[in-house]
Amino acid sequence: MSLRESPFENLRVPLGWSAGGALLIAVALAAFLLLSDRSEADEAGHEPIRQTFESGAAPVGGIFAAPVRWLGQVSDHVDDYFFAVSENRRLREELADLQAERDAVVALRNLNSQYEALLGLRVEPDVPLVAARSVSEARGPFRRARLIDVGRDRGVEIGNPVINEHGLVGRITGVSTGVSRVLLVTDVTSQVPILIDRTDARAIMRGDGSGNPRLEFVRGDDALEVGDRVLSSGDGGLMPRGLPIGVVARGIDGTWRVKLFSDRGSIDFVRVMLFDDFSQLADGSALEAPPLAGLNTAPPPSPEVVARIDDAQGRRRAEADRQAQAEREARDRAAADARAREVAAREAAARQAQTQAPPPAPDWGAE
Amino acid sequence: MRRVVPARRAAAVKVVGPVQWILLPALAVLAVTLLLATPIKVFGLTLPEPVTPLILAFAWPLIRPSVLAPLALLAVGLVVDLFWGNRLGLWPLGLLVAYGVVLVSRSYISGQDTRLLFAWYSGVTAVAFFVGYLVTTMTAHQPPSLIALFFQYLPTVLIFPAANWLIDRFDDGDLKFR
Repeated sequence: MSLRESPFENLRVPLGWSAGGALLIAVALAAFLLLSDRSEADEAGHEPIRQTFESGAAPVGGIFAAPVRWLGQVSDHVDDYFFAVSENRRLREELADLQAERDAVVALRNLNSQYEALLGLRVEPDVPLVAARSVSEARGPFRRARLIDVGRDRGVEIGNPVINEHGLVGRITGVSTGVSRVLLVTDVTSQVPILIDRTDARAIMRGDGSGNPRLEFVRGDDALEVGDRVLSSGDGGLMPRGLPIGVVARGIDGTWRVKLFSDRGSIDFVRVMLFDDFSQLADGSALEAPPLAGLNTAPPPSPEVVARIDDAQGRRRAEADRQAQAEREARDRAAADARAREVAAREAAARQAQTQAPPPAPDWGAE
Repeated sequence: MRRVVPARRAAAVKVVGPVQWILLPALAVLAVTLLLATPIKVFGLTLPEPVTPLILAFAWPLIRPSVLAPLALLAVGLVVDLFWGNRLGLWPLGLLVAYGVVLVSRSYISGQDTRLLFAWYSGVTAVAFFVGYLVTTMTAHQPPSLIALFFQYLPTVLIFPAANWLIDRFDDGDLKFR
């Protein structure tokens, strides 16, 4: 029996119902993808798909972005033209302020290096930097991230901090051959341990998708004031200590927030710090070195010096023994004198008692 | 006697298939998303970031119910998630929920005044954003900023004329779809 002759010959599924069925299948697929994505748990998950997509999207995005970049350059030129005079005045004032500060910094740096040498401090070595250009940027409430045009081929790894000329921008969360994804500090999943420069108080800077991340878990009373400088604390080893981040401000919801320094700079050029964690700061042999520079620099003693040191130590020991013996004899003499004095005092007291005794009474009854 | 045969005019039948009303708009929306993701500042302001695929999620079910449209929305949403770095499935789910709402309500929406269409579009967009808000809150263990949410919702609502144009362009008024 052919289909035409079957009882289903006139069966026609309404288009609305078939669209609804397709919709349900698509929703199920989307929900499955959502639940199976473990990117927040630092598991590979869909990472290969993302890497493949980003490797292709970066050059395509670059082509699409070319006219928009040109538009941006035009607006920059217009800005420069109209605001050149006011910016010149502002820069002159800033330069005058900074010249005095520069002299103080030079003096302090010199003093600091002396202290470091005296104490034998191990300071953090310079971290190599890789310059990169942002290809695209997501600015929504659910994700704030950028694609940059350097990848594994330039030594970039997941976790590397990303900065611009003013401060911390974010950290690397995905790397492929020529492209990396930067999770911005404003993203809703970003958490950075920070310290307040003025009070040395610690806190966690947590993004929420807005332009100004929140400060949470602030330790210490009166630890924050509006305008305090915020630096990376380096706690946990995610990034070096002391990276400038921003200044403390009050949000319109009353919470402590951070105005980011990185917003002042250009948003299309960044630098990736090739920094993994503290383990790369020094090699193993350097970590085994004695902690004080003085111990490290003293030459080993020669045999003559060793003999002289032994002789001196022997003399000191003999002298100490002689003194101890003399002290012991002196103590014994003193003790013997004290005992003799005590015996003499007892005998004197006995004699005195005999001389002061009354004479015997006369025996009147015998006459 | 020669019989005069009138010259037959070539009938210009324009076939509107899935390529015209699904594929090309989807590619256009993705191209706009790519363009607006350019990291530049124009006069000190960054570019807006509307969720342009919501145009499709609103217009497609009004044009006609289709099996292809939800699957195309899934694909577009995935591309957007990959491009923006979102958790995979976030925007596909939001777009498909919006599509479903319009599909169920299409008999109330079709043929309405533009202002009412705009109101429906704003509402459907709010539903899609609410889905994104819920998913992000559950996965990131903290809610995203409502202010930031509003600043993406606003440009998304303001691109309603594109959705309206798409409906006008492809809505064939076929009663069998009503």
